[in-house]
Amino acid sequence: MRIRRIAVVALAIAVVMTFALAVSAQTATTAYAIKGARIYTLAGPPVEGGILIIRDGKIAAVGGNVEIPAGAQIIDATGLEVYPGLFDPITQLGLNEVSAVSATVDISELGDYDPEIVAATAVNPASTHIPVTRASGITHVIAVPGSNTFDLGTGGMIGGQASAFHLAGWTMEEMEIKRSVAMFINWPSITTHTFDFTTFSFKDKPYADAKKEYDKTINEMGDLMDRARHYAQASEKGSPAQFERDLKLEALIPVVEGKLPVLVAAGRARDIRNAVEFCTKQNLKMILADGTEAWKVKDLLKEKKIPVILGPSQRLPGEEDDPYDRPMTLASELHAAGIPIAFASFGTAFSRRLPQYAGTAVAYGLPHEEALKAVTLNAAQMFGIADQVGTIEAGKVADLIVTNGDPLELQTQVRYLFIKGQLTSTDNRHRDLYEQYKGRPAAAH
Amino acid sequence: MRRPLLLAGILIGTLVPNRALAQAPGTILIQNATILTITHGNIEHGSILIRDGKIAAVGTDLKAPDGATVIDAGGQFVMPGIIDCHSHIAVDGSVNEGAPAVSSMARIPDVLNPDDVDIYRDLAGGVTVANILHGSANPIGGQTVVIKLRWGKSASELPFEGSMPGIKFALGENPKRSNFAPPPGVPQRYPATRMGVEEVIRQAFTEAREYKKQWGDYTQRKAAGEQNLMPPRRNEALEPLVEVMEGKRYVHSHCYRADEILMLLRVAKEFGFKVRTFQHVLEGYKVADEIAASGAGGSTFSDWWAYKMEAFDAIPYNAALMTDRGVVVSINSDDAEEATHLNQEAAKSMKFGGLSATDALKLVTLNPAIQLGIDNRVGSIDVGKDADLVIYNHDPLSVYAVPQKTLIDGQVYFDRARDIAHRADVEKEKQALIDKEKKAAEAEKKSEEKSPDKSEAKPEKKPAKKKPTTSGVAGDAR
Repeated sequence: MRIRRIAVVALAIAVVMTFALAVSAQTATTAYAIKGARIYTLAGPPVEGGILIIRDGKIAAVGGNVEIPAGAQIIDATGLEVYPGLFDPITQLGLNEVSAVSATVDISELGDYDPEIVAATAVNPASTHIPVTRASGITHVIAVPGSNTFDLGTGGMIGGQASAFHLAGWTMEEMEIKRSVAMFINWPSITTHTFDFTTFSFKDKPYADAKKEYDKTINEMGDLMDRARHYAQASEKGSPAQFERDLKLEALIPVVEGKLPVLVAAGRARDIRNAVEFCTKQNLKMILADGTEAWKVKDLLKEKKIPVILGPSQRLPGEEDDPYDRPMTLASELHAAGIPIAFASFGTAFSRRLPQYAGTAVAYGLPHEEALKAVTLNAAQMFGIADQVGTIEAGKVADLIVTNGDPLELQTQVRYLFIKGQLTSTDNRHRDLYEQYKGRPAAAH
Repeated sequence: MRRPLLLAGILIGTLVPNRALAQAPGTILIQNATILTITHGNIEHGSILIRDGKIAAVGTDLKAPDGATVIDAGGQFVMPGIIDCHSHIAVDGSVNEGAPAVSSMARIPDVLNPDDVDIYRDLAGGVTVANILHGSANPIGGQTVVIKLRWGKSASELPFEGSMPGIKFALGENPKRSNFAPPPGVPQRYPATRMGVEEVIRQAFTEAREYKKQWGDYTQRKAAGEQNLMPPRRNEALEPLVEVMEGKRYVHSHCYRADEILMLLRVAKEFGFKVRTFQHVLEGYKVADEIAASGAGGSTFSDWWAYKMEAFDAIPYNAALMTDRGVVVSINSDDAEEATHLNQEAAKSMKFGGLSATDALKLVTLNPAIQLGIDNRVGSIDVGKDADLVIYNHDPLSVYAVPQKTLIDGQVYFDRARDIAHRADVEKEKQALIDKEKKAAEAEKKSEEKSPDKSEAKPEKKPAKKKPTTSGVAGDAR
């Protein structure tokens, strides 16, 4: 009898708690109405002076004639503009605090093949970079393990699983959009001439040796995929006693089944062609990262329907005789060829430059609306999270920014920031230091 | 070996863009533009008359003289050429001399490379003048030089005539080699702390002071008619430091933390020299009053941070905050790529810290000119100044602005339309060279097949050397 009584009390407490949660969910802090702004939904034409309702973390309604729920916090955004929050789909955010201090860096694991490691495990929710980055309008990102800073070379071949998350939350569990959105592969290059940062000098090796190394790597990687396929078949038969559990192969099952995309970093045309050939043969769902020379293999990318996440549009051409603006025109050229594109910073501290990269591509021919999609919706589609983020539509997570103008422009300020439907502060370490030292009394001389 | 070398020569000689574009200076009228003068406001529908490489007139009612070339810049913006106060372009080889802590004998002016394609790329980004600095591996680094980006001219025609020579100093993590382990078997170099950095500089100036005295004594005694005097032994490391103490050479000091900035100001006071610019100076905002009082300028990045520990307190408000406290501030690149959009980097100081449009543009025009002591010649659109100008298709403080033409000394060194028109020729020429190479290789192969006993080993063809790009964290220079 005693046990039953305890159960009843417990049930009663649970009911009360549920009710309490329900009550708190209806308080003013979880419902917002943004009024008077021009709303760029990116799912249709802009809504002039419309109303946007946010409730329980989601976008509840957008339109000209929308009822404001009782208790909603009303934000007068007259003269302002609303956009989906910006999305940086290749970063080391949370994995990298101070690049030169190795104790603060968790980007690349040792070993050539690390499919079982997951970025989300090491993302530090308290990273200083998170509030700094979101103050520039970036509301969600993907952290990619094994992707060292853009042009400094990289770790192993299979870097691990990339994780998508919102740039606000007390824990990574709260921040996660999707723990595993892609398997990252650093495509091996046939490299005969490399710069060695430890000795600060160039090192050469004969082409035949470089090619042999490359072939060996590709064979290994192909073999790994084949084994993962066999492992998947064995697992399906459900006889675990017959084989030992293998975490690496287990992690590759969704890859070989085409459920988890591979994010393949390759720049040179030859490397891109090789990567596409490999992924086609292995039946993998490929997203190209970097694509410096993607313009040379446009037809192939188009034919195979491979989207491209471009590195910073602001970089120098790969070759001395390339047109000086080649990196800036790349986005518009690929877009014109019908290849889906997105921009990424490939960095940590430079994540806040994402809109600048997109804006620069517009200056060199990319349509403005496409540039906006290339920092919001496009990458969300590539990684299969467009049901949650990427546009302003009812039912999606309310990651959005209210600005005083074009978010791709250099001087535009983010006035209000919503992440997971919460009005989120744009305060950050940089602004704190600014305020602190602005207030320093005049120095005595 | 002969052919690859020849090919490399041809590639450098002709395939690089628009080398012969600049012509003899004539009379040019740029008309219908929005002119951002920097010193006296913006002029709508304005014109600039250029004669003999100089700005001859600026106004709204200028007529093209007979024989003048007219550039119609309707709807476009003209501003002074961008001055990059921290650059490492046009240098043949590395900028660092890693072994000695004092490398003041190393001379950047001796290793200028006019064929560096980054000159052209930066020119295409509106840069007309750059302060070419030695690296930051040493507390006292090498000698520096200010150049104009006269693409196509020889090395001897690059230096900015009459500009003050400089010397690079460096404080903090780079000279103490925090992030650069020596190769195996090589001992660590002194200094390894900020205390040691100070001592290396003090020691060098103590020696330089003694050296100066020796020469002073010698000169005096010689002037007094003393016979059979032995002159002091010349010391090429100390001579530039004597020039620093005599105010004949500017000190451009790489630095990050507030404490090391104050350290150098103390040392400068002790030895009676001035620091001309603090470079990077990412914590300059913490000691802006002290920098302003010393008369030194601050040349910083727009928004780089966290690439190393001493860059962790870097804030994008630095330029604005130092400006508000009276420091002459510039925004520099330290990087061939970053230099191509310094106008954008300047614009960020409006967002972070609220500078006015003109004050933002000053960060990459007049202010660096002041810092380099060349503001009587460049940095604003004023009559009598050099016609170093950039024409943009939009307001240069917008991300959508693209440089259309860059002029130095009244000559068009970059023209976007001509660059684009020239591309087909470059492509054709490249293809012709590749075809020629292929044919020659085939012929060689055939002749080898005919004479298989040929003993000479075929040389391995080397790919062109490529510099490591330095975007992101890379350069030791930073």
